[in-house]
Amino acid sequence: MSAIEPIDHLRLEALPDNGLLRFLTCGSVDDGKSTLIGRLLYDSKTILADTLHAIQRTSEKRGLDVVDLSLLTDGLQAEREQGITIDVAYRYFTTGTRKYIIADAPGHEQYTRNMVTAASTADLAIILIDARKGVLAQTRRHSYIAHLLGIPHVVVAVNKMDLVDYSPEVFARIKADYLAFAGKLGIKDVRFMPMSALHGDMIVERGERLDWYEGPSLVEILETAPALHSAHTEKFRFPVQYVCRPQDSANPELHDYRGFMGRVESGELAIGDAVTVLPSGLETRVRDIQVLAESLPRAVAEQSVTILLEDEIDISRGDMIVKTGELPNVGKQIDAMLCWLAEAPLDPRRKYLIRHTTRDSKAMLAGIDFRMDINSMEQQATERLVMNDIARVRFKLAQPIFADPYAESRGTGAFIVIDESSNNTVGAGMIV
Amino acid sequence: MSTATLASVTLSHLDWLESEAIHIMREVAGQCSNPVLLFSGGKDSICMLRIAEKAFRPGRFPFPLMHIDTGHNYQEVIDFRDQRAAELGERLIVRSLEDSMARGTVVLKSADEPRNKHQSVTLLEAIEEFGFDACIGGARRDEEKARAKERIFSFRDEFGQWDPKNQRPELWDLYNARSFKGENIRVFPISNWTEIDVWQYIERENLALPSIYFAHRRPIVRRSGGLLPVTAVTPIKPGDVVEEMMVRFRTVGDITCTAPVESDADSVARIIAETAITTITERGATRLDDQTSDASMEQRKKEGYF
Repeated sequence: MSAIEPIDHLRLEALPDNGLLRFLTCGSVDDGKSTLIGRLLYDSKTILADTLHAIQRTSEKRGLDVVDLSLLTDGLQAEREQGITIDVAYRYFTTGTRKYIIADAPGHEQYTRNMVTAASTADLAIILIDARKGVLAQTRRHSYIAHLLGIPHVVVAVNKMDLVDYSPEVFARIKADYLAFAGKLGIKDVRFMPMSALHGDMIVERGERLDWYEGPSLVEILETAPALHSAHTEKFRFPVQYVCRPQDSANPELHDYRGFMGRVESGELAIGDAVTVLPSGLETRVRDIQVLAESLPRAVAEQSVTILLEDEIDISRGDMIVKTGELPNVGKQIDAMLCWLAEAPLDPRRKYLIRHTTRDSKAMLAGIDFRMDINSMEQQATERLVMNDIARVRFKLAQPIFADPYAESRGTGAFIVIDESSNNTVGAGMIV
Repeated sequence: MSTATLASVTLSHLDWLESEAIHIMREVAGQCSNPVLLFSGGKDSICMLRIAEKAFRPGRFPFPLMHIDTGHNYQEVIDFRDQRAAELGERLIVRSLEDSMARGTVVLKSADEPRNKHQSVTLLEAIEEFGFDACIGGARRDEEKARAKERIFSFRDEFGQWDPKNQRPELWDLYNARSFKGENIRVFPISNWTEIDVWQYIERENLALPSIYFAHRRPIVRRSGGLLPVTAVTPIKPGDVVEEMMVRFRTVGDITCTAPVESDADSVARIIAETAITTITERGATRLDDQTSDASMEQRKKEGYF
C-alpha cells in the first residue's frame, strides 16, 4: 500500500552510547512536520509492526492510497476529532550514535505557549519551510521563539522540494530571504538544507534528486550537533534540592553526615574546589562528591550528585553552591522576557509566585517595557498581557534570587510564574 | 586551566536519563509533603527503586512504597515485591482491589473481567486514606499515545481525573507540584525512557528481576491472537488447545490481561538483543486490555488510572 521501505542499516545490533540530543520541530501540518517526524521514526525503525498496521487501517478507512505517516503523531481523541494538534508531544528514536527526544509542538499562532514549552528543553530546532511558500510570518515567529529560548542550533529545512522540481534556485532564494531577517534577530548558528520528507530525500538517505546539495543530511546533522554543555565555558551552578541528614543512631559514621543534593545546572566541580554558599556568602571547600556509595572526582553539567563540604554550614533547599569568585547576580529585581501562558491575563495588581531554580519568591510586576509583536517583530507599548503574549517586563521580588542572564545560562536564567489561587503555571520568564 | 574549565564530559544517554529521574524524585521530596512511590515488582518500578536509592541514600526514602494489588498477580512477582522492600528497609503499603470489592466500591461485571482498569478505584481510596499529595509512578511516554502528551508532573483533580486539554505548562526543569487538599500530582520520573532504555539500565545496574521476565516453560493457550497462560484465574475453556511453550513476560500485571511472548531469552543481554529487533510494541504484544480501542488508555487516565 505504500512506497515506503524501511532502511536497514539504522537497525542497531548493539546500541552504542553517544549521549542524548533533544530537538524541536517547528512548523504546521501543511509544512510536512508530521510527515517528517513519521519519516524519522519510520526510517529509524522506531515504528513497530502493530503501530504501522493500526495507521494503515486508519489510512484505508479515510480513503487514502498511501500510509499517512502523520497519523503517527496524532495523539489524543480530542485532537483526532477536531483534526488539530493541541499539545506538545514527545517522541523517541535512536540512530547509530545517539538517542533523540523530539518535542513536537503545534505550529499555529495561538499555540505560541506550546512552542515556548517545547523549546525550553531543546538543544536544536528544525524550522520547516514549504519550498513553494518560502519564508512566511510563521517562519519568523518560530525563529524568534527558538532564538528567545536560547536554542543553540537552528536547522532551516526547506521541505517539499519535490513540488518545486528539486530546484537549487528556489532553495538559494529562500536561504537568502531567511538570512536577511535572521541577521536582524541576531540568530547566529543556522544551517540550511533542502529535503522531501514525503519521499525521504536528505532525511536519512541522501537520495539522488538533490545531488547539487553537498551539505549533510538531516540525520548527519543530528548525529554531529554538539550537546548543550559540551562546547562553551560555563560557571558552576548547583541549586540545592534536598538536604540528606540520615541521623542514623545505629551507624556512627552517618551521625554527622550532611549531603547537599541537586543537579549541576552548568559548569563542573571537583573535590577540593573552593565554593561559596548563597545566600549566606560563607566559603568552604568540597570534601566529596557522591552518587550512592561511590565517590566521584568531579561532577559535570546535568549530573545529579550529592556534595559534602569541609565545614559545617547551614544550607537548605533553595540555597545555591557556586565556585568562589564566580558569583551570580544576587538581587530582588529582575528584568526579563516573559511569555504569558494562561487564559486569564496578567493582573498587574496581583502578587504571583516566581520559581527560579529550587527557590520560590513572591513577586509583583513592576512594569511592562514593551510587548513584542512576533509577526511584525515590532515593539509595542501595552498595559496588559494575555495568553501567548511575549513581553519585556520587570518584577520586584520578596526574596533575593541567584541568577545569570538566560543567554549565558538557561538553568539559572529561567523562571516560571505560578498563580497561587489556582496553583497553575501561568508564565515563563527569561532573565535579560 | 582552572579559570576556563570546559565541561568536556557529555553524559551518556543512560546517565542523562538517570540524572533527570533523580532530579525529578528529589523535586517531589522537596516540594510535596506526603508523597508515595508506586511499586509493583515490575521492571519499570524496579528501576524506580534504584533511582530512589541514588537520589536519597544514605538517607531513607522520603516516601513509603505502595502496591495496588489486583489479587491476580503472579506469586513470583508478589514474593519479589516483598523481598525487595525488605532488603531496602523501606515501608511497603499494600492495598487490595479485593478489599474495594468487599466494600462494594468496585463491582465487576463478571468474575473473570480484567481487573486492571478497576485499580483506579483502589488507588484513589488509598490516596484518600493516607492523604498522599503525590504518587510517583514508572509510566513511560513511549508506551502509549495518550502518555506521549502527559506531563512529568501531571495534575489530577479531586476525582483523580486527568484533563489532557488543561494541563499545566511544564518548562525547563522547573516542575510545579503544587496542589490543594484532595488534589493529587502524579509524577513520572522515567517519562523519557523507552523499553530498551529500561532493559539497558537493568543490565548496567545489574538489577534483580522476578523470574517470569526470563524465558521459562509454561502451559499456553492461543486466544484472540495473543498467548494466554493457563492459570487458576485463566482456566482452559472448551476447545482450547494447551501447548507447552518457552515464553517470557515483557510486562507483569494482572494475570488475566498480561500475555507473555514466545522467547528463549534467559538473560538480560539476550532480552536486549531481542528487544532491539522486535517488531511489536510492548503494549501491543502483551496488553490484552488496551486493544479494545485506540483511545482506551486516554479514557482510563481521565478516570483516574495511572
